[in-house]
Amino acid sequence: MSEIVISDVWKEYDEQIVLEQISLTIAPRAFVALVGPSGCGKSTFLRMLLGDERPTRGTITLDGHPLPSEPGPDRGVVFQKYSVFPHLTVLGNVLLGLELQGSSVRICLRGEARRRAIDTAREMIAEVGLAGSETKYPAQLSGGMQQRLALAQALVMRPKVLLLDEPFGALDPGIRADIHVLMRRLWHETALTVVMVTHDMREAFTLANRVIAFERPRDRPEERERYGARLSQDISIWPARLAGEPDPYSPDRDGPILSEAFSRDDLALETVPGD
Amino acid sequence: MRWINATPTRSARLALALVPFVLVLVVYAMGSAARLADNPSDKLLPGLAAFAQAIERMAFMPDQRTGELLLVSDTIASLTRLGAGLAIATAIALATGMVLGMFPYVRSLLGSFVAVISMVPPLALLPILFILMGLGEAAKIALIAIGVTPILIRDLAFKVTDLPHEQLVKAQTLSASSWQIGMRVVLPQVLPRLLTSLKLQLGPAWLFLIAAEAISSDSGLGYRIFLVRRYLSMDIIFPYVAWITLLAVIMNLLLDWLRWGAFPWARGSAG
Repeated sequence: MSEIVISDVWKEYDEQIVLEQISLTIAPRAFVALVGPSGCGKSTFLRMLLGDERPTRGTITLDGHPLPSEPGPDRGVVFQKYSVFPHLTVLGNVLLGLELQGSSVRICLRGEARRRAIDTAREMIAEVGLAGSETKYPAQLSGGMQQRLALAQALVMRPKVLLLDEPFGALDPGIRADIHVLMRRLWHETALTVVMVTHDMREAFTLANRVIAFERPRDRPEERERYGARLSQDISIWPARLAGEPDPYSPDRDGPILSEAFSRDDLALETVPGD
Repeated sequence: MRWINATPTRSARLALALVPFVLVLVVYAMGSAARLADNPSDKLLPGLAAFAQAIERMAFMPDQRTGELLLVSDTIASLTRLGAGLAIATAIALATGMVLGMFPYVRSLLGSFVAVISMVPPLALLPILFILMGLGEAAKIALIAIGVTPILIRDLAFKVTDLPHEQLVKAQTLSASSWQIGMRVVLPQVLPRLLTSLKLQLGPAWLFLIAAEAISSDSGLGYRIFLVRRYLSMDIIFPYVAWITLLAVIMNLLLDWLRWGAFPWARGSAG
């Protein structure tokens, strides 16, 4: 179920080579974090998984079938911004997918089917901790709540793969920690493969069970156009972190972090007197 | 304190807003009084009494020939034409603008065509319309529709292309087809912009209406103004102009109010 195989994928825009020789197999129910410097093509890679961009060369298959060339309900997505519809309430946003699925002409549900869809949507809303906010519009929600809503909206479709494009990058640290707890629970409880693009290394190593780094091996200005980014690191978290299984070894990253943060990479902090 | 930071209080704002209106009235009254003092039968700047008489004659006394209240029948005739023209323009613009904004193929096909058409001065088409459609209602309604539609189309198409790409992708991951995206994602989000854009097009629409009525008509607010012009009846023209302005202001307010009430999520955004 939901194994993604990427074989020898290149992505070029006109003369500019963005990605080259990307080969990767993402196991079912993996949680893969894609990290790398800005402009290294990790978001482009995610958009190719989404079907919003097509590889210039190479193939991507999902469960052995070539990926359709446009986005579809088997791959859910949460972007950093604009993921929810401003003109729909919280309930309307989660309901939308249920109203539209299974038909290409129907634009709303009626009667019993609608009642059932509303029940499903409300369960999903409660699941992400937005119960009570059903009638609010996204503009009335905080950034963290909007991202929770975006998660609910994507997950109510029961996608095989959930693609996250820096979903929590714009959130305050406290809010982000809360939503990490939610994200991890959703990954454990739902039959999902997650691929997440992030800038935040801590986020990558605490949520994912596999961290993949993109990097340009040749990054001098005159080389940038003709050499794209490749996979430079592929790290499986140890001890193995598996979906749906408790993780007794790995300390919860959302716990206290103060002692860990000191002395790690900021030498100045170690010399503060009295500390 | 800098001038850009000085903000008037609520009552000061109201008073300031009234100043230009009052000023115009005062200047007019002074000019009128000066001219009437020289020549009591002056027709250019009639006094308030003359206005009152004219308004009474036009709005409250049946016309000797037709037995109708002229202001009322003129208003009905004009608003019917305006409403029909704007309704046709809105329907065409909404459908075309959405299709143009959503589908790259349609944009390639019609984008430049609509851009060029919107540059045609509509009033220059009026003779053609009169020749083709006769001097009746059809030509006047067509002029309003033709004048307003291309700009509405372009504005709505811009709004559609301005929708974040992420939203369209998200809708596709919710299994929406092009039709469903149009109905559930695009249409609701362009409607507030449609109202805003319609509001801005009210001015041109009135212009086309009055131009068409001035040239060939037998009723309507524009017709009346240009008819009584021959007799220098400023006492009728001024109230008519004020009445047209009032109607336009009311239509403006109605559109604002509709936008505010019908699209609570779009309050505070420009569309």
